[in-house]
Amino acid sequence: MSGTTTGIQGKGHKGRRGKGEELMVPRAEFDSYYGRPVIKAPSWKDRDIAGYFFTGGLAGAGSVLAAGAQLTGRPTMAKALKISSLAAISLSTAALINDLGRPARFAHMLRVCKPTSPMSVGSWLLAGYGPMAGAAAASAVTGWLPRAGAAATGAAAVLGPAVTTYTAVLAADTAVPAWHGAHRELPYLFAASATAAASGMALVVSPTRETGPARCAAVLAAAADKAATAAAERRLGMVAETYRSGKAGKLMRCAQALTVAGAATAGLLGGRSRPAAVAGGLALLTGSALTRFGVFHAGMASAEDPKYTVQPQRERRRERAAETESRGRSHTHPHS
Amino acid sequence: MTGVFFETGSLFSGPEPDPAGDAGHPDPPARVGFFTDTSVCIGCKACEVACKEWNAIPEDGLTLTGMSYDNTQGLGASTWRHVAFIEQSAPRQVPAESAAPDGRTHLPLAEEDPQRPAGDVRWLMSSDVCKHCTHAACLDVCPTGSLFRTEYGTVVVQEDICNGCGYCVPACPYGVIEQRKDDGRAFKCTMCYDRLGAGQEPACAKACPTDSIQFGPLDELRERAALRVDQLQEASVPEARLYGHDPEDGVGGDGAFFLLLDEPEVYGLPPDPVVTTRDLPAMWKHAGAAALSVAAGAVASFVLPALLRRKGRR
Repeated sequence: MSGTTTGIQGKGHKGRRGKGEELMVPRAEFDSYYGRPVIKAPSWKDRDIAGYFFTGGLAGAGSVLAAGAQLTGRPTMAKALKISSLAAISLSTAALINDLGRPARFAHMLRVCKPTSPMSVGSWLLAGYGPMAGAAAASAVTGWLPRAGAAATGAAAVLGPAVTTYTAVLAADTAVPAWHGAHRELPYLFAASATAAASGMALVVSPTRETGPARCAAVLAAAADKAATAAAERRLGMVAETYRSGKAGKLMRCAQALTVAGAATAGLLGGRSRPAAVAGGLALLTGSALTRFGVFHAGMASAEDPKYTVQPQRERRRERAAETESRGRSHTHPHS
Repeated sequence: MTGVFFETGSLFSGPEPDPAGDAGHPDPPARVGFFTDTSVCIGCKACEVACKEWNAIPEDGLTLTGMSYDNTQGLGASTWRHVAFIEQSAPRQVPAESAAPDGRTHLPLAEEDPQRPAGDVRWLMSSDVCKHCTHAACLDVCPTGSLFRTEYGTVVVQEDICNGCGYCVPACPYGVIEQRKDDGRAFKCTMCYDRLGAGQEPACAKACPTDSIQFGPLDELRERAALRVDQLQEASVPEARLYGHDPEDGVGGDGAFFLLLDEPEVYGLPPDPVVTTRDLPAMWKHAGAAALSVAAGAVASFVLPALLRRKGRR
């Protein structure tokens, strides 16, 4: 098998033909089968799945902040966050079931437990977390069984962080270039975005004297969000285009602007002005939602254009061949 | 495979000599596969038709693509064999003694066009199919256990289990498996699991008139393919290469592999596919660290303001 290729890279030949019109459009620097995608984009709907990434994050990180608020004597914030976590996780479960091709068979999700399937792990995680979040909220609202409520609050706070970050693995454990390529950075981006959403919710629903930690969390989350996004784009190389252009680009730019503005407003003014805290909180919530929709659509764009599959793989193959060759050379001429 | 509560695999990638045995089949038969030799494919689509007929796959559109003689376009939920037609301008030098198989004569081209150098246009045809990967991402990520490894080492969907989550679709590095729109469940080539059980070869291989699609024990097919590539290269077809045959590749080698006459991407195949779960341990590690960072960030958020306030009061 020699490396010689006589593929449709023979553009020069056709172009140099003296007579006649140029029939072919100029070739891109990669080959594909009539521009058709190599991999199949998921059939997932953005409202359901990106929406789930957002609501799952809001719920999970909200449970952590709720536990903190309860421990530090911030009852309004604790109660409000428990309710928002329950609402968010209920909504996300409904979205997940709605997105199934056979919604009536949703219980098949708990038929096996497979660590190799992030969706299986997530189903079990939700099966554990959902009831805890529900019990915590129910106890907070009714005032019944405060000890059991506190235990449920603690359990939800322990499972919550996992609920926020496993969704990144869910997206990254695919052949979608914009997701898989960023599999190291996506969990941190999702963690930051979830914290931003939960702190935004805390800012919206809590009285000013209780929002100190939420303001601090908002600033930390916004900084981490920016850092994780930058790291992901650096890692992705040419595939990072999908996060910067088109629908995903618009969503990501709006998300970043809202997250930074929301954190700045909350951090600088949220302690003095209740309207500023609410405005900052709403900006953070919207920013977090847009981040998830942006990541979702970047993945779709990267799956639909074959160049994002072919070019990085070709590059990888070339690098490996060069490595093997240089190793082979050093074997044959050990002293050169 | 029902009743297996914990399904774990010790190997996520790399060579795997016994996928069926490692999936829990005691004393499995030899692993079988397809070797599709595209150098003898004539694009008749008998494989597509035979597959549709045998497996009773519904019609999935009667459109004219306008791009080539290929109006099937690609593999999907209702297309388990797909014949690609590639029309390309290639600076191909046809040797005087060309690679006509023994006993066949080469006919001259009808009319030499002085404007067109000989060999200016060539057609590549290739019958694509599910690769039945050694490390199958679709199977790994399936949350219901609907996708399973058969005793023959192939990968099959159990239609009564699939709940249409669609996770296998973006997981496949080859873009093979797909959900049927009106049904919701995922479908793909089963390598005619029912025929294998009856000692028959799959319908596509049975129908192929040129033996472009060869079915058999995978080891045997790999040997045959290596011989065929050598034969072609000796006959001045240097571009002949195997694709998906190597157990060291990103998916541990394909159960259905190919002899191609150009780069894989020209046929719509990924140049260097990798099973997505190869990186799953790293992903879980980072997700764990990120989850801890959520908790740590929350703790810091409650502790920092309190500390600052105390400092301020002092």
